[in-house]
Amino acid sequence: MSAIDPMDAVAARPTAWTEARVVEVDRPTADTVRLRLEPDERQRHRPGQHYLVRLRAPDGYTAQRSYSLASDPDDALLELLVERLPDGEVSEFLAEVLEVGDVLEVRGPLGRWFAWDTTTPALCLVGGTGVVPAVSMQRAAVRLGRSDLLRVVAVGRAPGHLPYAEELAAAGATLAWTRANVDGRRAAAPTRAEVTPLLEGVEVAFVCGSARFASYAETLLQECGLAPDAIRVERFGPTG
Amino acid sequence: MSGRITRGFTGKRRGQQGDRLPPGQYDVGDGWPTLTAEATPTVRTEQFELAVDGLVERPTTWSWEELLALPRSTYAGDIHCVTTWSKFDMTWRGVSLDVLLEQAAPRAEAAYALVHSSSGYTTNLPLADLRDGKAWVAWEADGQPLTREHGGPARLLVPHLYFWKSAKWVSRIELLDHDQQGFWERNGYHDRGDPWVEQRYQGD
Repeated sequence: MSAIDPMDAVAARPTAWTEARVVEVDRPTADTVRLRLEPDERQRHRPGQHYLVRLRAPDGYTAQRSYSLASDPDDALLELLVERLPDGEVSEFLAEVLEVGDVLEVRGPLGRWFAWDTTTPALCLVGGTGVVPAVSMQRAAVRLGRSDLLRVVAVGRAPGHLPYAEELAAAGATLAWTRANVDGRRAAAPTRAEVTPLLEGVEVAFVCGSARFASYAETLLQECGLAPDAIRVERFGPTG
Repeated sequence: MSGRITRGFTGKRRGQQGDRLPPGQYDVGDGWPTLTAEATPTVRTEQFELAVDGLVERPTTWSWEELLALPRSTYAGDIHCVTTWSKFDMTWRGVSLDVLLEQAAPRAEAAYALVHSSSGYTTNLPLADLRDGKAWVAWEADGQPLTREHGGPARLLVPHLYFWKSAKWVSRIELLDHDQQGFWERNGYHDRGDPWVEQRYQGD
């Protein structure tokens, strides 16, 4: 099998912790919270990269998690979408306690592998809160006037359950609902027939979602003819 | 490390295991997250090969049957992922790297390893982190054959370092006289990755 190599050979830049002020908080779906943060230092990111958020208790105890950025690289603010997990130590705090004006410790951007260079023809096959890196990629593509370079297939349970669904669709994304019949499309995971035509000319595919979604997606892409080494995966959540 | 206290945050995961948990980690409990950068490969045991080569006296390759015929040993303990989860009290079975290294006989100038996976993934470690009972090639976790998602049929196991060093689908251990960065290390992760001093990213 061939090697998985970064699209470029530029050395990763060291990152440091900085502080970021919460500028906006809202809840796009019942179990997610969207944060917009103004960091003291904003390093330019590549769409697909993530940030760390660190919470600190009065006695110095800390908890940190990583979240993909939804922001376009030109956006001065960091936009994160956090899925509230049952009993989630960090996600519950961010969803319920955090308010505009609070300050968080953040570090990034991180991860140079799951990142789009904005010039290589790419496809995103993303599910649930895994849409976030695709939002960043699509915002960059729209700003650059190169929507032709990026195809997005976003998968959700039903309308109302998928963050950024309207924005993605307005910019040309294909939405696939697994539990709802919408506009003549029967409830189902995306099919080979839907995805194959979108792969024409695509050189890299980004898969992001739960472990179960990612397994489905990477298998589907290979069945559609994409080489394994053209597939980049970011998966999250327990395997059970 | 010092930093600003987060208004309203007290933390709820701390507990009796405080001194078992490296800084910045949480106990994932019964879950076992899967994190991979690439499409999960299928490695059939009939095709499996593991090589130890580079700066060794006897470059050696083991088939699946040959690997399983080596003396086995067990690691019982915790694992720590750089994405901040730790998993306690796992039991792993496999072969100690000491056994493999003894057969291949590292030359005196060998000081680092670049570990390769059949997916193309690589990771670098000081040779010292692979010796003296600190590392295994493992094919069983908690009594079950290692699943494909978790690196089966066999992966490297270096539990005292962050788990990205424990390369899934391990196929080759190349000994070098210099440190050569692997996949995540080129992408910004630390060259050594000691969880107890939070060596997560380049610059830590």
